[in-house]
Amino acid sequence: MSDTHAQTVAFVRETEIPQSPPPALEAGAVKWVRENLFSGIFNTVLTLLALYVVVRFAIFVFPWFYNGVWEASSRKECLDILREAGKGTGACFAVLVDRWDHLVFGFKYPQDGYWRILLAFLLLIVAAGPALFSSLPRRMLLFTAFYPFLAFWLVWGGSLWLPLTILGLIIATMLVFRLISSQIPVNIRQIVSGVIGVICGAGLAYLLFIGAQELVFIANSVGTEGMIAPIAYGVFWIMAIFAFVFCVPMGIFVGYAIYNSYEDGGLVSIVASLLFGYLAFVYLLSPIWMALNSIIPIELQAVASRDMGGFMLNMLLGTICVSLSIPLGILLALGRQSPMPLIKGVCVVFIEFIRGVPLITLLFVANVMLAYFLPPESNFDLILRVIIMITLFSSAYIAEVIRGGLAALPKGQYEAADSLGLDYGQATRLIILPQALKISIPGIVNVAVGLFKDTTLVSIISMFDLVGMIRGPIQNSTEWTSVYWEVYGFGAMLFFVVCYSISQYSQWLERQLNTSHH
Amino acid sequence: MNQTSQMTVSDEVAIEITNMNKWYGTFHVLRDIDLTVQRGERIVICGPSGSGKSTLIRCINALEEHQKGKIVVDGTVLSSDLKNIDKIRSEVGMCFQHFNLFPHLTILENCTLAPIWVRKTPKKEAEETAMHFLEKVKIPEQADKYPGQLSGGQQQRVAIARSLCMRPRIMLFDEPTSALDPEMIKEVLDTMIELAEEGMTMLCVTHEMGFARQVANRVIFMDAGQIVEQNEPEEFFNNPKSERTQLFLSQILGH
Ligand SMILES: Nc1ncnc2c1ncn2[C@@H]1O[C@H](COP(=O)(O)OP(=O)(O)OP(=O)(O)O)[C@@H](O)[C@H]1O
Ligand SMILES: [Mg+2]
Repeated sequence: MSDTHAQTVAFVRETEIPQSPPPALEAGAVKWVRENLFSGIFNTVLTLLALYVVVRFAIFVFPWFYNGVWEASSRKECLDILREAGKGTGACFAVLVDRWDHLVFGFKYPQDGYWRILLAFLLLIVAAGPALFSSLPRRMLLFTAFYPFLAFWLVWGGSLWLPLTILGLIIATMLVFRLISSQIPVNIRQIVSGVIGVICGAGLAYLLFIGAQELVFIANSVGTEGMIAPIAYGVFWIMAIFAFVFCVPMGIFVGYAIYNSYEDGGLVSIVASLLFGYLAFVYLLSPIWMALNSIIPIELQAVASRDMGGFMLNMLLGTICVSLSIPLGILLALGRQSPMPLIKGVCVVFIEFIRGVPLITLLFVANVMLAYFLPPESNFDLILRVIIMITLFSSAYIAEVIRGGLAALPKGQYEAADSLGLDYGQATRLIILPQALKISIPGIVNVAVGLFKDTTLVSIISMFDLVGMIRGPIQNSTEWTSVYWEVYGFGAMLFFVVCYSISQYSQWLERQLNTSHH
Repeated sequence: MNQTSQMTVSDEVAIEITNMNKWYGTFHVLRDIDLTVQRGERIVICGPSGSGKSTLIRCINALEEHQKGKIVVDGTVLSSDLKNIDKIRSEVGMCFQHFNLFPHLTILENCTLAPIWVRKTPKKEAEETAMHFLEKVKIPEQADKYPGQLSGGQQQRVAIARSLCMRPRIMLFDEPTSALDPEMIKEVLDTMIELAEEGMTMLCVTHEMGFARQVANRVIFMDAGQIVEQNEPEEFFNNPKSERTQLFLSQILGH
């Protein structure tokens, strides 16, 4: 044998006996079946029973699929074809063929614009890639950041310059933030802080003053007659007096706080960039994009939000709301853990309120109520309102899931991060969130899948998503009334494909992130 | 006697704690703590469970807030000012009983994280420093693994290296070996002894009396939130003054 075994000991075996395959009863399928299906009398009975049900179901359903009619212009024609062929049962898939466009794109979206939706969908896959798979090059994230603006243009149409100008203004706002927070020397920042502090302080004082006058006006118009009016009168007057008394001190306080942050630049840079962003959007957005558009017009036929429909609308709401509600949920979860009572209080009240209200109520609010509160001339898009409501709704749930993840982290992780001198932002971003989010993946995916399916609720506020399309235009049409299984089955299949992919992705991600190989 | 406890201690003050008190709610954990640590001094803190040892050293880098008295670390007064706290924390390294490595980062990333983000060291330089200290604690070959793949002793040595990468002027240890199997204790203690020999200022909560004899300049005995006795190791172990200390020593040295 080998050299190392020069002095062979008699009782040590040096060669392995070649392995022999396990007996058939102990291997592969046979073993599995024996152990899992027929391991006892009870299990055997259950197995046979289940087998019977499956076979009966197949016998019932299979001819229905197999005999399915794909070409017909109405349900009646379908039935005729089946009768002529002498077949007792059969599906009428012709409805899917006939109404394919409506099911997928809705019935008002211009037909020659379908390619825009398809392109937006294909690009979505490209854009989502680098966010979902960290093995793809990081540079692709640039496209991901650009994608929402492009997709907005493709889906809604209009001038390309509008989303581009919005993007430009957002970048400019971020540059202002960078400039003030880190790029200019401290002595210049001190001056900037002073100016912005004065502007904000004076602005706030002025707003409070106007508000106080407003309150006095309301109080006087309520009057003092009757049972309740005097109380309201008093309350409004007290609030007005508070506003009068505190308008100047509050202005000075806030202004000074902004000025005082000049050393590290935190507050002043946030306030300054918000101020800049607000002014830019109010005064610069429309002139710029209109000017650009008149020079080089790049336009697609504009499509109103009302005209979005079909499965496309579900996908639209699903992707937008999921990608907005995860960051919002993270902020809410962190806010709920904050030691600052004001921030914590706001987050707790928000989360508990949203969780206590059914989504459908929020959708009704979006549909009907908001219209009362907003000035009549503001054409605040219905889809936008729905997006806001669904996002708020699911962000509250995601916040709770993430809070669970945060709570599951050992205290030692926070302490280790602190003891290394990381500040709150760094510790949260680099240590706490990556671990908390990893724990929360199943919960977040659960909410995301639920949210995606809940987008069908918009059919109740008369939007024509996939379900709304089926319940409305398709089943109300004379040709396809009382076609149920085919259309709802098709809808279920579409949802299943998307939801199952999401859940497979999350399981893959969990395996990827699993770094504890004990 | 051995050589290490003769090492020079400078007159410079590293930590000065005067009349410090701390409460958890109404529970008075630390009472009137006075302690001055010179630069280069190595101090071992021992005492029965619940006597406030951990709380004391956690107050030094503000992981716990003290309510009364004054703590000065490296010339900076510990107040609730966040800027001061972050500054002190980046000068003071700490090792925990349960290591507290970041499980989602590799060993190398664990070591380079704080230098890159807190000290703004370029990544390449931070990695070189990290490898230097990983070699020092004798596990450079593990750099690309995750903490979950290492033994307890290796993890604790990584934790020490992670602290050292910030080039701290003071190191705090809170029972660094008490979660380890006996055969791993030695490898961690060896690392700490080496650190002591290089003149690092160290405060170490431990019940490893052999370590205390070998490297400490001073042993502090705490009970019920107070410093009961402090002395050079030889004196401390051979002639403990207070009864409480005698009882404690007889218990832990008795078997
Ligand atoms: N977060 C806390 N809230 C309330 N009491 C606490 C807290 N942390 C510690 N204590 C109490 O303070 C006392 C001192 O705790 P500390 O952890 O400092 O003891 P220790 O000397 O390190 O003990 P051990 O040797 O067991 O680690 C203990 O009685 C403990 O119960
Ligand atoms: Mg302790």
